[in-house]
This record gives sequence, C-alpha cells and structure tokens, in this order.
Amino acid sequence: MLRRTPPWYLLLPALLAGFVMLVPLYYLGLRAFSIDLPSIANLLVRPRTLMLLSNTFKLSLGVMALTTLIALPLAWLFSYSQLRHHRWLLLLCVMPLAIPGYVMAYAILGLSGQFGFFAQMFGTPLARINGYWGAVLALSLYTFPYLLLNLRATFLGYDHSQDEAARSLGRSGLSIFLRLKLPHLLPAFLAGQLVIVLYTIGDFGAVALMRYEAFSYAIFTSSFDRTYAAWLSLVLISITVFLLLGEYLLLRNRFFAKVGSGLSKEPPLVTLGWAMIPAATFVALVLLAAIGLPLLIIFYWLGLSPPEWSQLMMVPKTFWQSAQAAVPAAALAALFALPVAYLSVRYPSWHSQLLERLSYIGYTLPPLTLALAMVFFSIRTPFYQSLFILILTWAMAGMALAIGPIRTSLLQSRINIEEASHALGHSNFTTFVRVVLPNIRRSILAGFALVLVLCMKELPIATLLAPSGYHTLAVRVFTFTVEGQLAEAAPYALAIILFSSMFIGLILAHEDKSSTR
Amino acid sequence: MRKSIISALIAGLSLTGIVQAADLTIYSGRGESFVAPLVQQFEQNTGLKVTVRYGDTAQLASLILEEGQRSPADIYWGQDAGAMGSLAYAGVLAELPESLFTDIPEIFSSQNRQWVATSGRSRVLVHSTERVDQSEMPSSVFDLTDEKYKGRVGWAPTNGGFQAFVTAMRVTHGEETTEQWLRDMAANQPVVFRNNTTIVEGVGNGDADFGLVNNYYLPRFIARNADFPARQTFFANGDIGNLLNVAGVGILERSNNQEAALKFVEFLVSPAAQQYFTSVVNEHPISNQVIANPVLGNTDTLLGASPEVNLDDLYDLPGTLELLRKVGLI
Repeated sequence: MLRRTPPWYLLLPALLAGFVMLVPLYYLGLRAFSIDLPSIANLLVRPRTLMLLSNTFKLSLGVMALTTLIALPLAWLFSYSQLRHHRWLLLLCVMPLAIPGYVMAYAILGLSGQFGFFAQMFGTPLARINGYWGAVLALSLYTFPYLLLNLRATFLGYDHSQDEAARSLGRSGLSIFLRLKLPHLLPAFLAGQLVIVLYTIGDFGAVALMRYEAFSYAIFTSSFDRTYAAWLSLVLISITVFLLLGEYLLLRNRFFAKVGSGLSKEPPLVTLGWAMIPAATFVALVLLAAIGLPLLIIFYWLGLSPPEWSQLMMVPKTFWQSAQAAVPAAALAALFALPVAYLSVRYPSWHSQLLERLSYIGYTLPPLTLALAMVFFSIRTPFYQSLFILILTWAMAGMALAIGPIRTSLLQSRINIEEASHALGHSNFTTFVRVVLPNIRRSILAGFALVLVLCMKELPIATLLAPSGYHTLAVRVFTFTVEGQLAEAAPYALAIILFSSMFIGLILAHEDKSSTR
Repeated sequence: MRKSIISALIAGLSLTGIVQAADLTIYSGRGESFVAPLVQQFEQNTGLKVTVRYGDTAQLASLILEEGQRSPADIYWGQDAGAMGSLAYAGVLAELPESLFTDIPEIFSSQNRQWVATSGRSRVLVHSTERVDQSEMPSSVFDLTDEKYKGRVGWAPTNGGFQAFVTAMRVTHGEETTEQWLRDMAANQPVVFRNNTTIVEGVGNGDADFGLVNNYYLPRFIARNADFPARQTFFANGDIGNLLNVAGVGILERSNNQEAALKFVEFLVSPAAQQYFTSVVNEHPISNQVIANPVLGNTDTLLGASPEVNLDDLYDLPGTLELLRKVGLI
C-alpha cells in the first residue's frame, strides 16, 4: 500500500488550490451579511426566488438529457465503429467547445424569425427558437463535447478482456452492457454531466439572449445591488454542494481499474454495414447544428459589411493578447489539478474529497461574481489588473475542467504498477514522475486544452480584471455586439473558434499517437 | 511536456511586471467602435496617452464601487443617467467646473454638476410596419396597459435604459401610479427581452408588435437594410414615455489626473465630438452648434416631445430595482 500521508509536494499545492478557492467565498459572505436578517428575508423569501430555482432546475435537466442524447451515440461511434475519417469527425465534434455561448445564441436567434437568415434566404420564416428550448438547445450544442470526451476516454480505456471473461461465464451481450459497461461509464458520465450542469447554472450569455430567466441571469442583471447578487451566488453555491455530494455518494465504494495482470485488450471494431447511413446522418446533423450554424452566421455577418483591412489587422494583436493570458492560465489550472486529482484518487479520505470538491467553486460561480471577488482582494495588492490576476482568476474558473480527465485516467490506471515501483526501491517522488505522470500525460494535456478553450471565450473576468487597454478576443466581440455591430464582431468571433480548434486538434492528434484509435 | 507547460507559465508570469503607463484611464460602457475614434482624436490633439477599459455599463459601475478609493479609473463614461446618478449618489464623482455647462441646454445638464451628458437618446415606441395599424398607435405609455395591446408589447425590465425610464416615471407620477402601471403592464403579457437591440430585432422578426426602446437602435438596423419592417415614433408631447435619457461622463473624485480628465470631458462636449455623435452614432447632440442628422428629426421636435425631468433625480436606481423586484419583474 501507499503511505497513508500524502507526500508534501502533492499536499502543499493541493492545499494551496483549495485555499485560493475559499477566497471568493469569504467575499460573498462579507457582502451577503452586510445587511440585517429581515432585509435578507425580504430579498430571498419571495415567489421570484422559487421561480428562478425551478427554471434553473428545468434548464439543467433539459441540457442533461439533450447532451446525453448527442454525446453517448457519438462516443460509441468514435470508439467502436469503423466510421470513416473518424479523426477529422471527432475533431469537428469537439470544436463546438470553442463557440462562445453568445455567438451560439445569436446564431440560433439569427436563423429564425420573420426577418431572420432563413426567411431572407428561403423566403419562409422558421419558427422562433427562444426561451426554454432555445436556451437548452444553445447550451447543449456547445457543452456536449465535455461528455463526449469523457465517455470516449472511458470507452478507449476499457479493458475488453472483462467482456470476454463475462461472456465465457455465460453472460449475454445485453447483460454485459448493463452490468459491466454501464457501471464503468458512470464516473465518466457523472464527471461530464457535472461539468455541463455547473456550466449551465453559471452561464449568462446564451440564457440571457434566449430570454430565459435562470439564476445566473438574475445575478448578472442585479446591477449595482451587490448584496442581492451575493445572496443569489450563495444559493447557487449551495446547489453545487448538493450536486457534488450526490456525485460523491453515487461513486463511493466502486472500483474501476482492473485488478489482474495482463494487457488491456483492444475492442473489436464493429462494422456498421447498412447502419452506416443513419450513423453518418446523425454525425452530420450534430455537426451542422453545432459548428455549421455558428460559422454560417459569422460569415453572414461578415457579408453584411465586409470589414476594412485596417480592422482585420487588429485581429492578430488581439489574438495574441488573449493567448498570452489564456495559455498560462490553462497551464496553471492543469498544474494544480494534478495534485488535487491524485490525492482524491490515491489517498481517498474526506479531506482529499473536500479539496477536490472545493475546486468546483471557481467553476460554478458566475464569472462576474468571481471577478468582483477577485477585484475586492487584488485591489489591495500591487498586482491589481495585472496579467497575473487575470491568469489566476481564469485558472480558478477553469481548474475543475482539468481535474475531470486526470481523475478519470487515474481511476483507470492500476495502483499496483505504482506499488511495484515502490517495491523496486523507488521513492514516492520518482514513482510519481517516472510511472504516474507518463501514464496520465494525455489526460493532463486534455485538461489543459479544456481550460484554454474556456478562457479564450470568457468575458466578464476579462472585462474587469485584464490590464486596462488589454482587449481579449471575447471582449472585442462583446464591445461590437453591444452596439449592434455584428459584422465588426465577426472576425474576432471567428478567431476565437479557429484558435481553440487548433488546440483541440493538437490534443486529439497527441491522443491518437498513443492509441490505435 | 511538463517542461513546456512550466516554461510557458514562467513566460506568462514574467509578463505581469509590465504596467502600461497612461496619462488617463477611462472605464467605458460605450462600445469601442464609437469611443476609439474619439480617443484617438483626443490623443492627437493633446499628446496625452489614454487607455480604455470597455465593458458593460452596470458591470463597470459595480467595478468602480468595488474598487472604492483605490480605483485606477480617472473617468467613467456610462450609457445611461441611472448609472451616472448611482455613482454620483455613492459619492465617487468629482464636481465639474461651472464653465462646462454654459452652452448646454438645461435638459442635458446635471444640476449636481458631478457629470455631464455627452449625447442624448430618447425613449421611443418601436413598432412593426407589418402587424400594426396607424390607428392602433397609443398616445401615452400609460395606454399600453389596454386590452388591445395584450401580448404585443416588448420591454426589457433588466435593461438600464428601461430602469432609468421607470425611475423617471416614479419621480414624475409617483410611486403608486408607477407600481400600478408596472402591475397592469405585467398582467398584459408583455414580451420580455434582454436589451434594446433584441427588442428591435424581435419586433422585426415577429416576437412583439411594439417595443419600448431607446431611439438609436432602429436607425442602425435600417442603415443595414432599408426594408427592415419596423419604424419608431414618440408618444404625445410631454409623455413620460418620451423620456430623454443621456450617456454621461464623470471624473472620479480620487483621480490624480484631474486636469487631463477635465480636458477629455471638455473634448467630448466640444462641437467636433458632438458632430460625431449626431452623424455617426445617431444620437442627439447636446450642443446646437452641429449640423443636424436627418434621421433624428430636429431638436425642436425632440425638446417638444420630451417630458421635463431633472436628470439628477434619476439616481435612485436602488428604489426602482426595489419596486421592480416587488412587482416581480427582476
């Protein structure tokens, strides 16, 4: 067995990460209790709070259902079937992560209506997609890749000799799927859905444009009332606590790594035959909606009034400013996610579980609230509105995303390899660097990319915390669309999508090197 | 791989030491495309270096309040009088010299002298040209609670422009009348939007037949496509629905660059900048020394239509938020 106390070089960074995540909580408490109890009751105990809660709940359920419907079949196709061009298709299917929520919402809105794109092009208006269904659709279309990536990683890491063993023991195909595969999928499914649901309840861009009054919408529009915003954020945090607790209870006392010796067996690829047609149609439909639609709208905007050359020249500079903060932020997030995930998997205790769950605070807080909290603290330091604070805050917002893949990968890698390393006389540290890291490096890189893609499109944190005069691509998109200048916003939106896609491509290419699929 | 991440990290951190030296820092709730040309002109005229932080008007006001005495901002430039008023109310704006206000019509000037309007926009009624008959036009914003407008009026209760209008209604017609109007409107199934742009877009696309908006959004849609199926109009002269709201600018009390900041404010109210707001941004100039924009109509029509409201009184945004919350709209 490993020693019961984790080594300091893992414990220290993990504790630091947990501590930093508590910082915004302190701020919220300070703001929330700046008024007396009756005023608090006045603020919170009213029908509107209940309405916001139930709307947020309904929205989350809708997004969960739709993303599962999209991601589960895709993950299966990309792991087990002889789908042609699967590398390219997979890249395209992960690309929607790069689409900013407000662009997706504009795309869906711009399509429909009596004066929309569809009506202009084909002469008949498309029924208006907004409100609840608009929000569910927009959110699902750019969050489903989180689930797809998680599920695919599990499918690929799954040891198929287990299936054979089960079959030899007389189990049917269905029984194998239900009793063996499905439970194996559970952690990946929950990790993916957790990320999606927490994104959903903190999202503002899409929900606001679709005019669906969920919790985050109320927080962003509470304008100058910082006390009310703080209370709403605290309610949001408590929802998150319940979700995290639920996930913990569901996953408790389950083991996912194989125990015996021998190589993992690669799955036999399924020949699709006639089923290729519905499969290809499904992939095409998803891609058309999630990637085709936003790109179509962006090019349509560009066509409205093609930007001047001098304006286009600003794009590379803005892009560089975005990347300059987003790349270090993603690296920082991955760097701290590693010890947190490792402790939670290899040294399971309520302490390590708590540390891991704390990292979700930054992710689940609406970015505006997180940004104001960081303003409150950083203004008392010389680093206020420096790149460092922007990087730190982005890393806080994204760290939970980096933990997911690392944790899944650790759960699937066998602990006895590490024990063997110890038995051969290697220290904890050497084992960690020479055995553990190489084993999970793919997942660290995947986590890095997920955070990077998030930062590239992030808005409120960049608005409030970037150095003055420092404009990210997302800020430029906002500052044009706020004045109704969609054509001018288009090149910047396009740059966000292209750059993020490049990174997604790099990750998937790297992943393919170490796997046959 | 770890090495490359770490080196990227170090490269990133080392950049944080760079602090841009600026003579003037502006927090702007107005979009970059309209602000940047003016800032550039100002830099050329004066040789001063200006940095601008762009963002949402309310979010930047929150930022200034959160920053307090340590705020690096010298100037706050907001989209509406409500935001300006709440900063003045919080006591973070400096008093501006009387000389600034001499040539400005009373309707555009703030009596507490803590900020000055840079341009005006009136509240108007945008309406579909396809689904609205001329005979259906209401003469007052109070008419919109009538049965015949049920489910047809678009509004944005969370939008700053709308909230400023509600504040004006409270100031002019009193708390009770305003609350009743809000309740009657809410009962009349209005279509709820996020902001002016989406209302105008929604009226064009059939989500609503009427919309309560600021005047300068529709001209932008029409400039892009003359066939856009919506037009806008005032209510009867003096109706509170025609409130003249302003974008305004103020200097932060704690700014160490008071002189440079004042130069910038003076530049914004100068005829050159005012001509720009009128011709390019489609907003009402605060100076009558400019060539009028034909889309906006002449200043006399505007002054005739506008209700008399003291912009200083629009500061009470918290009171409006409380009312909107009481009625259950936000």
